[in-house]
Amino acid sequence: MPSKTHVQTTINGEPRDFLCEPRQSLLEVLRDTLNMTGTKEGCNDGNCGSCTITLNGRLVNSCLVLGVEAEASQITTIEGIAQGNQLHPIQKAFLENAALQCGICTPGFIVATKTLLEKEPHPTEERIRFFLSNNLCRCTGYDKIIKAVQQAAKEMSA
Amino acid sequence: MSEKYSVIGTRPIRHDGADKVTGRALYGADFQMAGLLRGFILRSPHAHARIQRIDTSKAEAFPGVHAVITTKDFPQVDGTKMVDLGEGLMPLAYARGNVLAGDKVLYRGHAVAAVAAINAHVAEEAAALIEVEYEVLPCVLTAPEAMQPNAPILHADLTTKELGENTGKVSNIADHIRFSIGDTNAGFEAADLIVEREFNTATVHQGYIEPHNATALWNTDGRISIWCSTQGSFVVRDATAGILDIPVSQIKVTPMEIGGGFGGKIPVYLEPVAALLSKKTGRPVKILMPRQAVFEATGPTPGSYMKVKIGAKKDGTITAAQAYLAFEAGAYPGAMVVPGAMTVFAAYDLANVLIDGYDVVVNKPSTAAYRAPGAPNAAFATESVIDELAEKLNLDPIDLRLKNAAKEGTRRADGPKFPRIGCIEVLEAMKNSEHYRSTLTGPNRGRGVALGFWFNIGFPSSCTLNVTADGTVNLIEGSTDIGGSRTSIAMQAAEVLGLKAEDIHPSIVDTDSIGFTAVTGGSRTTFATGWAAYEAAQDVVRQMKERAAKLWEVSPDSVTAEKGLYKSNGHSIGFKDLAARIAETGGPIVGRAAVDPRGAGGSFAGAIVDVEIDPETGKTTILRFTSVQDAGRAIHPAYVEGQMQGGSVQGIGWALNEEYFMSNDGRMMNSSFLDYRMPTALDVPMIETIIVEVPNPGHPFGVRGVGEANIIPPQAAIANAITRAIGTRLTRLPMNPPAIMEAIWCQKSSSPHS
Amino acid sequence: MPKVFIPTLLRHLTDGQAELELEGSTVRQIIAGLEFQYPGFTERLIDNGRLRPNVAIAIDNEITPLGLMESVSPTSEIHFLTAIRGG
Repeated sequence: MPSKTHVQTTINGEPRDFLCEPRQSLLEVLRDTLNMTGTKEGCNDGNCGSCTITLNGRLVNSCLVLGVEAEASQITTIEGIAQGNQLHPIQKAFLENAALQCGICTPGFIVATKTLLEKEPHPTEERIRFFLSNNLCRCTGYDKIIKAVQQAAKEMSA
Repeated sequence: MSEKYSVIGTRPIRHDGADKVTGRALYGADFQMAGLLRGFILRSPHAHARIQRIDTSKAEAFPGVHAVITTKDFPQVDGTKMVDLGEGLMPLAYARGNVLAGDKVLYRGHAVAAVAAINAHVAEEAAALIEVEYEVLPCVLTAPEAMQPNAPILHADLTTKELGENTGKVSNIADHIRFSIGDTNAGFEAADLIVEREFNTATVHQGYIEPHNATALWNTDGRISIWCSTQGSFVVRDATAGILDIPVSQIKVTPMEIGGGFGGKIPVYLEPVAALLSKKTGRPVKILMPRQAVFEATGPTPGSYMKVKIGAKKDGTITAAQAYLAFEAGAYPGAMVVPGAMTVFAAYDLANVLIDGYDVVVNKPSTAAYRAPGAPNAAFATESVIDELAEKLNLDPIDLRLKNAAKEGTRRADGPKFPRIGCIEVLEAMKNSEHYRSTLTGPNRGRGVALGFWFNIGFPSSCTLNVTADGTVNLIEGSTDIGGSRTSIAMQAAEVLGLKAEDIHPSIVDTDSIGFTAVTGGSRTTFATGWAAYEAAQDVVRQMKERAAKLWEVSPDSVTAEKGLYKSNGHSIGFKDLAARIAETGGPIVGRAAVDPRGAGGSFAGAIVDVEIDPETGKTTILRFTSVQDAGRAIHPAYVEGQMQGGSVQGIGWALNEEYFMSNDGRMMNSSFLDYRMPTALDVPMIETIIVEVPNPGHPFGVRGVGEANIIPPQAAIANAITRAIGTRLTRLPMNPPAIMEAIWCQKSSSPHS
Repeated sequence: MPKVFIPTLLRHLTDGQAELELEGSTVRQIIAGLEFQYPGFTERLIDNGRLRPNVAIAIDNEITPLGLMESVSPTSEIHFLTAIRGG
């Protein structure tokens, strides 16, 4: 059996540590080792965005990051978006705009949207579409997702 | 929103919303259990081959491996026994064969063996050590080629059913069906103009973001538990039981949340394999399908070759219509050519029709349903020809359709007459829309319209309602929720009970806990399971009346109930207050219903699209898109809009970019989301929606299923728009940039001024 | 009398006739009547006394879940269709 590395990192503001094989992706570690199943696997080759997290403030596909690369990093996942018992305005906006149908892409979209709105609080529709073009959705046709992001942008900059 | 309804037509937050936006909702791949092993499936590299030998010994010896299985591990049963797996009768050998290959592999990606090991990586490593000796055979990849007399034959026991008769002739043509009315020869004679065109469509995939998954535990007491993402937990139960030749009562299926289906998560692929691995290992086994296998080895929709010929008088009256449809079934018979043939001319009131359909096997994965299966292919052909007729007769394309539109009493080619339908209403809504009335100007731009029809199905659903002392109600149902249906079902119960949608708590439960419920698909869920909820709610109202009667010491017949208020002779009490008294008036109140409804209303859908073509790259930009659909009654308008928008964007992808690029030896060369190019947020504009409501007389609230019809018109609408933009018509899907450039260049080179 | 519409595929079994009037108060009785006039017809629709799973019956243009057991009135139209599932 391949030997495991001990990784110490911070996830959603909390220190976490885990053992992982060199070949395991961060996505796999989150889901299978840490039981944080909110981050989803859609393709495992970086083309659908359902595994989107932030790594040191940067939006990444966690399927393209190795578990060992998480050492001494700051990771945010969907589980860290809600504010305690209160939904984040982005989460609220997704629900109010019916911006999800099956919901499998939703965690990735929410994490990506949060990063977008932190960088650009007043994005145009085109900028929203461009920034979110790495997140595939097959159910909604994107219309209501864009509207949810626009609503969240308004609320967050109010 | 209608005045007569309090809940129907509103937009409450979906009940599973908090879980879905926080990542707490548990989908099939999220399932965990102590002792879980992971499975990996070894798949054929060849599109067509005989399996000479499989040696699993090295894999079995690999450290961390608990079991390896092949077709030999299926219980030995006569393979000619017929089973119904929810997609029609087929021989058991075919049903099993698609799950684990028998003596032949029929497509690249065909499952050959499976390994259960301590983790997914070990399972995959060990699978690579399984030695398979193949005798590679020539493969055939399109319907016209497979129909040739000297084509390689996939099944030595498949004989053609020709117009209902089994011919006994071995070929790749499983079935030739025909529908006809009147006399098309006379009809074409009477036409002033005839347009006849050939069309081809490539294989496309439903493209759900969540890959297939299943966990199975074959317990020590012989009972099998399955957890999976599926459109039909009862289909999983019955299909797995059928394939393993065990009683259905031996299996309990717990549906997890599902990440998209569109028809592709109705067939079973992994469940029987996981069950067999669990039996052999004594442990629960979870199998997740890699994305490449989802493309190569699940159920895309048929590629097709079609010919449509329509004749019309100068004033636009259609005098005859004829269609030839050859659909690729993939490795096993069952291409959806029958629904294609039933819908190809369904939007039109025609006296003379002749439709021939062919179900043809080819060396590609076995096709499954994809949102109104067969109809998008057929409509691409018909709606393109209708458009060409309109152009040549100098008629407005919507007016031409209105002139010939199907209505109540129109006889369809497959026999029955239409009941009350919204074809004309949809066309008129299209014509009067702001989009259609706006002017489109600019070079390389064009506007196209198209129309589509889908039957929608009924089939059984069950529902139980439990009244809680605080006046809320728990709703138990078995329809897995792929788009928000648990809420629209809860809303129908709430309407009857006089409660708010938030007062109903819906749960989707396992196959032991609810009566039989058919698939979430076929646009049936809001219609049929909603009806079951409606009937169960009526049952609750009846019982509540009896309780009120007890409280007031009057006869139950004297109690009236309206919008949750119960009255009799000066007494009155609201639902919540009455619920608090249930315990003392006779105990729990459980409302129940099981329906097998008739009267599923068909839905018409139209699309209006404006495009701009870049003449240097062939790229199509969708400038504006409007989806129009008859929903009968929109229970939750936001989710009806969502269905229309989602189906439209799938149609856009189907029209412009999506296809299986096949090498000559049957390999799909673009089996990843990178190169199987589905629309991203950047590829589409906002999708405008117009919900038309022609209530379905067959349903208590007038519901017509909406999930499917909206994917039918976009492809032809876009083709018609491109035609007007570049002056030449494309007849092959997808109409991608190279295809458009080629059309532009051909046009230039044949132009007298080039 | 109830009217039975013969699908295009099966008209060669009824000497080319597309519509037939037959006595009966249930679908089963109608089909028995069809079999009596045109032996061999039923085999297409019925297997072991039950409607084949890929066949649906429509009475007056509505598909009935009761199949052979559905009752039929003197003015009914009966159609045999392929059962559609959807996706």
